Amino acid sequence: MQELLLKKISKMNRLLILGVGLLLLSVYFLPIWHIALDAPQYPEGLGMKIWIDKITGSSTYDLQNINLLNHYIGMHEIVSESVPELLFMPYVLGFLIFGAFVTFLHPKVYMVILGILNIIILGILGMYDFWRWEYNYGHNLNPDAPIVVPGMAYQPPLLGCKEMLNITACSFPSWGGIILFVSLGILIWVIWDEKRRIDVSS
Amino acid sequence: MILIGLGYGCKGGAATAALASDAAKRVYVAPGEKDEVYAFLSGGFSGQMSVYGIPSTRLFKIIPVFSVFPENGYGYDEETKNMLRTTNGYVPWDDSHHIEASMTDGKQDGRWLFMNANNSPRLARIDLRSFETKEIIEIPNSAGNHASPFATENTEYLMAATRFSVPIPQASVPIENFSKGDFKGTVSMVKVDPKSGRLSIELQILVPGFDYDLSHCGKGKSHDWCFFTSYNSEQAYKMIEVGASKNDKDYILAFNWVRAKQCLDQGKASNFGGEYYRNYLPENQPAISEKLSGVKMLQPKDCPGVMYYMPTPKSPHGTDVDPTGEYIVGGGKLATVIPVHSFSKLMDVKDKPEHRSGMIMDIPILKYESTLAGEVKKPCLGPLHTEFDGKGYAYTSCFVSSEVVKWELGTWEVEQHLPAYYSVGHLSIVGGSSKDPYGKYLIALNKITKDRYLPVGMELPQSAQLYDISGGKAELLSDFPTVGEPHYSQMIPAKLLMDKAAKIYPLEENKHPYAIKNEKDARVVREGNTVRVYMTQIRSHFKPDTIEVRSGDTVFFHVTNLEQDFDIPHGFAVGGAPEMPNLLIMPGQTRTFKWKAPKPGIYPFYCTDFCSALHQEMQQYIRVLP
Repeated sequence: MQELLLKKISKMNRLLILGVGLLLLSVYFLPIWHIALDAPQYPEGLGMKIWIDKITGSSTYDLQNINLLNHYIGMHEIVSESVPELLFMPYVLGFLIFGAFVTFLHPKVYMVILGILNIIILGILGMYDFWRWEYNYGHNLNPDAPIVVPGMAYQPPLLGCKEMLNITACSFPSWGGIILFVSLGILIWVIWDEKRRIDVSS
Repeated sequence: MILIGLGYGCKGGAATAALASDAAKRVYVAPGEKDEVYAFLSGGFSGQMSVYGIPSTRLFKIIPVFSVFPENGYGYDEETKNMLRTTNGYVPWDDSHHIEASMTDGKQDGRWLFMNANNSPRLARIDLRSFETKEIIEIPNSAGNHASPFATENTEYLMAATRFSVPIPQASVPIENFSKGDFKGTVSMVKVDPKSGRLSIELQILVPGFDYDLSHCGKGKSHDWCFFTSYNSEQAYKMIEVGASKNDKDYILAFNWVRAKQCLDQGKASNFGGEYYRNYLPENQPAISEKLSGVKMLQPKDCPGVMYYMPTPKSPHGTDVDPTGEYIVGGGKLATVIPVHSFSKLMDVKDKPEHRSGMIMDIPILKYESTLAGEVKKPCLGPLHTEFDGKGYAYTSCFVSSEVVKWELGTWEVEQHLPAYYSVGHLSIVGGSSKDPYGKYLIALNKITKDRYLPVGMELPQSAQLYDISGGKAELLSDFPTVGEPHYSQMIPAKLLMDKAAKIYPLEENKHPYAIKNEKDARVVREGNTVRVYMTQIRSHFKPDTIEVRSGDTVFFHVTNLEQDFDIPHGFAVGGAPEMPNLLIMPGQTRTFKWKAPKPGIYPFYCTDFCSALHQEMQQYIRVLP
């Protein structure tokens, strides 16, 4: 085990780590998550995208229109400014990218494992935080709202689809999220590959 | 005897009268499916334009153009009322006749539609992104703008020729002076800015005092030319019905607009009077109404080669140019043949003295046979208008025998008689007046309906009929009632327009001087006895929602719809407001309702366009203080 942790990773895997670092840069420019709302009265669909530093509509005016729909049920207005996490998320991503570059310069397996742990821990924290926001938006409704359905909450799913009144809400990772998962996959693959090399050589 | 002969010629009508057996299937557009073609029909005396889907013949929209439209406030609100300004004052109605689609290289380009007003000579431009009227220009020195607005091949110009000749400039002269040449007509060249579509009158040409009826411009080799029919070459002024039907031949005026422009550039046109309005509606701003005066007027004698008369039997109505630009088809209301002139022959003979039979106002009259390509013999009674399918066939509407006749270009043989119910005027093929007909559907635009529909009192709806002309034999598919008299139409393939249609007015581009972009700016401002209410609308409320004014105040409600969602207009109406109808305010748009505060009391105002679950709650009050 110690042999594996301290092993210097292969040249190809080292380049892969560099590739992961560079790939992660694109997450600054791609949405991480996508929530799509589908309803008969919105044949063209409505959607919202969560980026590393902001929340937007899928098309120019979708967020405004989602908020207009939500105001009937007394949901708080969804605006980037109300989510403080978006202020430091870019730094968290920067930390991961920085880690990838450090690993490239100091190519040891334990660095890769640290990177994997970072992504997993930050991912779990991020998903929990996302769920918490969804919970708050869906449950903390204005009691004076025009439409109050007893017992109804409007929390969208963390992952997958869910029916809410006549709206189907689907929540899935978008390109940025997929890249995060792919990066994690590559790192795991690197560990597996390094272990295989040890097994072959011994 | 002629009637009997023609009756015989028209035989076969009944044989093709049956409805195609699977017609219902061919016009059925299932829920959620979209039509293949947009049909834009002028509304005749309704003054409007209506939009139908083809083949379903469903009515989608009425676009207000020359007549006020209380349904959405067009012609009433502070933004659009100036659109209907003329030198005769505010004219809230007109008689809209012909629709022309903008073209590039003779093909429909889906940018604009143009429509004429016959009564107060005007010409309108309708934008095909918003499907709204954006500009109306008055034609000076004209009385009755009928031969209009026919476009040149690249929409360089729109032609507008006067139907009723009058003294130009206007003067009170004895009416019998008509036959002494005191009455004149004009042909106007209205320039279209290729980028913005803005209209301006570049040149007018003074022409003999006949009645100029219809026009079409050339294409391809005849690019430089436009052709105008005229009737009453007799210059009768009493019982014109008889007096103007005496001559065996009236004329098609062949007009070289490129030559006319040349003469203008050479300074051969002179300054002439004539006042006119040009009203332009910039996006999301009040209409800009300018009064202009004076035009450049050209006399044919100062510009040799600019015009020729081609005799055409008998009181010609339609003049239509085939897609190749070679054939100019005349439709003689009272003729027993369909005469077809050849553009090549016109070019050959126009300046050869032996082919001339006289001159009117220095315009040479050519001999009938000299420009004739052929005649369709005994086609029907009362041939009027012709459109082309792009496959070598022409379709001519016949008013008196109430049918559409299909015939072949070149052989001049009649192929088919298609009965119409009743009394067809214009007809329209998709792209049928362009260089590139789409050639699948034809509609006959009928004047009278009689017993086609359930009776609804004395006035029956006018109607149109849809034919499929894609196969060897044309087939009647359906008929449908129309809004007003469907005078002429342009049909445009849906794919050219549907993806360009605007869904909202982006709020950030709203440059209306009284627009506000968010609720925080909503306010009431008093300026003496004038009160300006800066108001917003969004599902499902107004801001400000309660207002106080004083009796006798002039109140302007500047209402901005803050929505940015497709199909969420809001309405605005004030209880009992006597001069102001409803307003429909599109997403991102600002419109202004002017209201004289009446006697003290409480007056509700509310949203009239069902906008949301809480639409009924979108209502508030104005208190009028003593």
